[in-house]
Amino acid sequence: MNSTMSVQIYGEFLAAVPPSDEYLTLNFSPHNAPRKQRWKNYGLSADFLGDYFAAFFPDAAVPDSKINQRDTVKAAVSYVTNELLENAVKYTTTSGQHPISISLHLYSRQIIFHVTNCTDIALADGYQQFIQELLAADLDEYYLQQLEKAAAGSGQSSMGILTMMNDYATRFGWKFATLDTASNIIQVDVLAYLDV
Amino acid sequence: MGYVMDIKTDDYSIRHDSESATVFLRGFLRLDGMEKYQPVMDVLLTAVEQSAELTIDLRELEFLNSSGISMLSMFVVKVRDKGNVTLTLKGCDKVLWQTKSLKNLQRLMPSLTLVFA
Repeated sequence: MNSTMSVQIYGEFLAAVPPSDEYLTLNFSPHNAPRKQRWKNYGLSADFLGDYFAAFFPDAAVPDSKINQRDTVKAAVSYVTNELLENAVKYTTTSGQHPISISLHLYSRQIIFHVTNCTDIALADGYQQFIQELLAADLDEYYLQQLEKAAAGSGQSSMGILTMMNDYATRFGWKFATLDTASNIIQVDVLAYLDV
Repeated sequence: MGYVMDIKTDDYSIRHDSESATVFLRGFLRLDGMEKYQPVMDVLLTAVEQSAELTIDLRELEFLNSSGISMLSMFVVKVRDKGNVTLTLKGCDKVLWQTKSLKNLQRLMPSLTLVFA
């Protein structure tokens, strides 16, 4: 259905991420190591970004929580980064030569995550079907439904995006753009907004 | 039923203590998809075959990715469908993911006991 697609936008997708004083970008080169080794590196990167952005926050108490603000930011950034990278890997075509890139932009009350990866039409279609289902559903009901689906071991449940949205109140925007019509490469841009 | 080994790696450990009917999960668990969690699942399934009351102690599990959360959901649903097992999850209210995500498992199995220490 998307062979003539040029650009598709879903959710809250900002045309341009507002300027921020603090930001950091990591680019992961394609095919530089076996998936198992890369997987470990994504986890390490998630922890690093958690530590890096936590350092901008005080160890002040958070209402109704035993975890201070710095540690809350550290754990939330680490979780969200890890899931975004796992997702990017899941939806990255293995035939491309395109890196996966993640940028974090810090604002006074928010962190915006921007992840870019390239995929093929089949993977992009599957991803877009999930997004359309998700955006049309009641999040709370859909979450439980997908959790049951995951528990039954039946197919993809996309619990990564659902836990980020439901448990961490992360909001999302997606852009799918045909990069190269000849080879059917689609660039996926994901924006995730985490209030801190 | 075969003997299931405890698991220990640089990043995490899974240990079943039969005496206290408790499985301890510790460290950082972010395996690549649910199928990679099968060895962890096997430890849990063996433990639940041995006791009608089982505790999963997650207090020292600092990180669990969404595939791991799916694996725990799968285990909780298996226990729910068995029908005769009392399951307790022990969490720590200083570990963010536990405060965020564990309560959802209770929605799958309302009789599940969730204690935070």
